[in-house]
Amino acid sequence: MPDFILDVQGLETTFKTPDGVIHAVNGVSFGLGEGETLGVVGESGCGKSVTMLSVLGLIPSPPGKVIAGKAFFSGQDLIQMSKEEIRHVRGAQIAMIFQDPMTSLNPVLTIGRQLEEPLILHIGMTKKQARDRAAELLTMVGIPNAKDRLNDYPHQYSGGMRQRVMIAMALSCSPQILIADEPTTALDVTIQAQIMDLVKRLRDELGMAIIWITHDLGVVAGLAKRVLVMYGGYIIEEAPVNELYANPSHPYTIGLLGSLPRVDEKERTKLYSIEGQPPVLYTKPNACPFAPRCKWALEHCWQENPALMGVGPEHLAACWVDTKTGRHR
Amino acid sequence: MTTDKTDNNVLLRVDDLMMHFPIRRGVFQRQVGAVRAVDGVSFDVKRGETLGLVGESGCGKSTTGRTILQLYKPTAGEVEFDGVNLVTLKGEQMRQMRRKIQMIFQDPYASLNPRMTVGQLVGEPLIVHNVATGSEINQRVEHLLEVVGLNPAFASRYPHEFSGGQRQRIGVARALALQPSFIICDEPISALDVSIQAQVVNLLEELQQQFNLTYLFIAHDLSMVKHISDRVAVMYLGVFVELASRDDLHAMPLHPYTRALLSAVPIPDPIADARRERVILKGDVPSPANPPSGCRFRTRCPIAEGLCAESRPDFREIKPGHFVACFFAERYL
Repeated sequence: MPDFILDVQGLETTFKTPDGVIHAVNGVSFGLGEGETLGVVGESGCGKSVTMLSVLGLIPSPPGKVIAGKAFFSGQDLIQMSKEEIRHVRGAQIAMIFQDPMTSLNPVLTIGRQLEEPLILHIGMTKKQARDRAAELLTMVGIPNAKDRLNDYPHQYSGGMRQRVMIAMALSCSPQILIADEPTTALDVTIQAQIMDLVKRLRDELGMAIIWITHDLGVVAGLAKRVLVMYGGYIIEEAPVNELYANPSHPYTIGLLGSLPRVDEKERTKLYSIEGQPPVLYTKPNACPFAPRCKWALEHCWQENPALMGVGPEHLAACWVDTKTGRHR
Repeated sequence: MTTDKTDNNVLLRVDDLMMHFPIRRGVFQRQVGAVRAVDGVSFDVKRGETLGLVGESGCGKSTTGRTILQLYKPTAGEVEFDGVNLVTLKGEQMRQMRRKIQMIFQDPYASLNPRMTVGQLVGEPLIVHNVATGSEINQRVEHLLEVVGLNPAFASRYPHEFSGGQRQRIGVARALALQPSFIICDEPISALDVSIQAQVVNLLEELQQQFNLTYLFIAHDLSMVKHISDRVAVMYLGVFVELASRDDLHAMPLHPYTRALLSAVPIPDPIADARRERVILKGDVPSPANPPSGCRFRTRCPIAEGLCAESRPDFREIKPGHFVACFFAERYL
């Protein structure tokens, strides 16, 4: 086993709904190396966010429940931890930033107050120390006049600046892992470029590991070292970033890449479209969850759900079909 | 920008369009300022083409679309559709005109009445405009659903039974019901998942061929706009900064904002992404209630000089069909 600072094994999470039990995460295993940036890609409902929330013990229960799996962090299983124990890990050693910075900040507290809170709570700083550190953090994420702006309220900040504050807050206790859940989705592209630039700079300065969750294969291409693609609560492909984009192997990944228009495309070609809808799984499937939308599907695909298998150097895909030949692997 | 008024090929001509929303304060609701959402834009759209309109949130691109349709009464300017000035039209005349100009909205969850069946939703324009009655309505609805790739048997279902992509198809069917010649697509795919976006874009392209439609395609996603458009206009803080054919705009972007925007779009290819030059803009978009003097972009512009604060650059034709509003555009030629 290589040295993973986070090692997730066989994670399964379900949600009880009036229509039945939804299997949101169905046996997800992955590792995160020290200082590594891991991209997690998938469409809404594929289980990418739920996976990370499960690891951090943030699944609302009920209706959600982590029914199986382990998540080792520094030799301890996060899943088994009590609420009190995991709260010390969260924020201090593993921090998370979310998509919408407006709803993640408390509108009636000043930015300064919200930045100081984790410093006092997790590190035990005095109020004065926390104040100085908060100003330092704001400067670090590129907010001018940081000292004065600590007294501002969230609504006085723009969307991009709020996301900077969220990043400052997440980094305030020098975490080993930063989990970013679509942090740039709500932002304009020029602001997104600013934020990604900032994250790359801080990653290189602070040496933390990052898990970057997104639906945008373009964002991950410029940031991650390794990428996981999720579909229907499963990891269906895993590869180093260059390998994934050069040799996508799962039909879903191929379709996803083909359905993106590229700003650097020369010819106007018809976009590849994956017909149909992503599944909502009320039972754990016996067939490949992508089979109904797959143009390569063979008989075997309807009979047995493929596990991840090696298809290239450090490259895994959960598919029975070799898409290059159209035949069974 | 000047266009030939007699050019038969032009379907829509917009001339110096302005839309200012008043800001009112105090007991007497006196006007204390205005949000200059659209502040003098001129362009034309040719028959059968797709004009893309890109810009970041708050730049006025959606307001431009709505003002063309006279959903807002413009502060100034002219909108000429098929030779008729829409700004001066009233009541029944405008209502008749709306048959020819339709709109597809961004949010397929909010733009469909949840209490109406799909059949009622798609059939409503037919009834409102008295173009069909009785069983003819049902036939037309079934046909429209087929055209947009939905099962005609779905006519009796309600919007909540459909996924986002299917709902957007319902929105498209509704827009097509009156056989319009011009459709304003206001971010029609932004709310959809990536694999579904391609389905809807392909559908829009097929329909354009089939019915000879003209589109104004509004979006913030430059790669998608570039894919679907023949020409692309870039908007910033209420004004057009650049307008060119899709190939020109990408091969030779002349406005510093367009250059920054293009370089900020992530490319789904790590090798190509690492190789290109990046222009990262500083700061945020200023408020349209209090825009900078002179050039709107100068506060974030990497090449701004003193002149840019003093006067507003004209939107000039720097080479045939390529318009740009920058004093220093020549340096990128």
